[in-house]
Amino acid sequence: MRSSDVVLKCHRIIGGYGEGEALVSHEPICFYLTDPKTGVVRERDHELAGKNVAGKVLVFPSGKASSVVQIDGLFKLMMNKLAPQAMIVKDVETVLVVSAFIAKVPLVDRLEKDPFDAITTGSFVKVNAEKGEVTIDCNHG
Amino acid sequence: MHLTREEEQILRGESGPGTQKAMELLVAIGDAYDAKRMIPVSRAHAASSGQEGDLYFVELLADGGARCKVPTSTNPVYDIEYFHRTFEGIPKDEAEVARRVKDAYRRVGAIQSWGCLPYLTENIPLYGETVAFSESSATPYVNSVVGARTNREAAQSALASGVVGVTPEYGLHFNENRKGTVLVKIETKLKDEFDYTLLGYHVGEVMGYGIPVLTGISKRPSTEEFVNFCAMSNVSGAISMFHVPGFTVEAPTVKRAFQGDIPEDRIAVLDADLKKSCEELQTTSGKVDFVMLGCPHYTLKQVEDIVRLLRGRKIHEGMDFWVCTAATTKALAERAGFVDAIEKAGGHVVVDTCIDEPCWVKYRDKVGMTDSPKCSYYRRFKEARVDRLSECVETAVKGK
Repeated sequence: MRSSDVVLKCHRIIGGYGEGEALVSHEPICFYLTDPKTGVVRERDHELAGKNVAGKVLVFPSGKASSVVQIDGLFKLMMNKLAPQAMIVKDVETVLVVSAFIAKVPLVDRLEKDPFDAITTGSFVKVNAEKGEVTIDCNHG
Repeated sequence: MHLTREEEQILRGESGPGTQKAMELLVAIGDAYDAKRMIPVSRAHAASSGQEGDLYFVELLADGGARCKVPTSTNPVYDIEYFHRTFEGIPKDEAEVARRVKDAYRRVGAIQSWGCLPYLTENIPLYGETVAFSESSATPYVNSVVGARTNREAAQSALASGVVGVTPEYGLHFNENRKGTVLVKIETKLKDEFDYTLLGYHVGEVMGYGIPVLTGISKRPSTEEFVNFCAMSNVSGAISMFHVPGFTVEAPTVKRAFQGDIPEDRIAVLDADLKKSCEELQTTSGKVDFVMLGCPHYTLKQVEDIVRLLRGRKIHEGMDFWVCTAATTKALAERAGFVDAIEKAGGHVVVDTCIDEPCWVKYRDKVGMTDSPKCSYYRRFKEARVDRLSECVETAVKGK
C-alpha cells in the first residue's frame, strides 16, 4: 500500500476482485442503454452519456429500469468483455444483484464513507469484495 | 445470514452445480437485504423473457442438473412454429434463442405455461402463502388481492427460489413492510376495465414506488380490473403491493391498511387525471394497421367480450387483429366457439406469446391500436393508439 492509498470498508454483495479507473455517476444506471459493442453510454441526457463503462470501477447510486433489460444489458457487455471491473453502489435491489451475479461483476455497497465524496472519476480504485475493502489511489489519474 | 445444514450443503454443491448456482444467487440477494435466514416458498413464477441473459441463467441451472422443487410457471416466449410459418422476416437466431429458452425451462422442470397470469390459471397461491413471483402484474396481484407474500423478483431470483424451494426473508415477507404509504382518494367513477388501466398507469406515474391505499371505490373491482391496475402501475412505476379497503384481503378498513399509522402522502385522482394519462399514451391519431389485445393475457371473459362486440361483423380488409392469451384459456375458448367466431371475423387468437417478443418484427414500422399501455410501452411497433376494448374492436371493423 502506498501512502496516497485510502482503504475503506464496504459490504460485499457479489464477491470477487476488480480494479481500474473510477467512473462516477450521480444518476442511476440502466445497462441496456449502453452500447453492447463498445460499452459507451448512449442514454441521451445522462451524466455519463458518451463515456465508456468497459473496464471501469463504476460508482453509482442504484440501478433502474425493468429487470429484463437491466440484466440483459450487463450480460451483453460481459459477453463482449466490456463489463465494468467492479461496481460500488449506494442502494441495491434484487435486479442489480441478479445482473452482477450473472455478469460476474463484483458488487459492493455501504462504503464507510459516502462514495461520491471518497471517489472521483479518474482515481484508480481496487475493489476486493471478498475482504470487503475498497482501496482508492487518490494521486493516480 | 444463517443457513441451515441442508442449505449449507446445497451451497457447497452437494445437490449438484445447478442447484448450487441457484442457492448462490439467493444468498447474494439475502446479503444485499441483510436477510437473517431463508424461508420456504410453495411456488414460483419465472418471468422468462427469451433474452440472452435469461437464457444464460436457465441453461446454467438446467445444464447443472437443477430441477424445480416447487411448482414454477413461466412467462410468454413465442410459438416458434406458428410465427415462422405465418410471418416472414423473423431472424432465424431469434427462433434459436426461443427454442433453447423453452428447452431449458422444460429440462429444469418448470410448468410450460408461457403465460403472464399464472395466478389465475395453473399456479394459484392462497392467502398467507410465501411465494416468489416475478412479472409486473403477478407481484402486486398475489400480494394484494390474494394476500400471498412475495417480493419484487427478477425472473432469475424467482427461478432460483423455484429450484431451491426457499427465498431470503426480507421486505414484503414482514407485516410492517406491507402497510400502506400513500392515501389515494379516487374522485371519479371507475366504469370499466380500461378505467382501471388508466388508474394503474396514473398511480404508478405519480407515486413511482410505495404502497397505495385506494379509497373512493364503491363497487368491488373485477378480477380483470385488478389485473389491469396491477400491470399498468408497473409500467409507469414499481408498485409491488396496494390496498383497496373493503376489497383486498389485508385491508378491511383504511386504518388497517395503514396499520394504524398516518399516510406519508395523500393524492386525489380526478376524472381529468385519467383523461390526461390517456392522452399521454397516444403517439398518433392516424390510421391503424393492426389491433393487438391481450397484454396482459386476456381471460376467457375478455375473449368472450371480443366476440360479443364483434356481433358477427368482419375485421376490415388490410387490418390485422390479434388476441394473445394463455394456452388453457384458448382451449376453453375453443370449446365455447369464441376462437372460431374471432377467426371467422378475420382475427387470430395466439398462445404462449406477448407483444414484447421478436416475432412481431413485421409491425416495426406500423401503427398499432391496443387497450394496454403496457403493450404500447414495449415499442415493438412504431406508433400507438390506446383506447378501451370497444373502440379497438370498432376501429378493427371499420378500418379507421
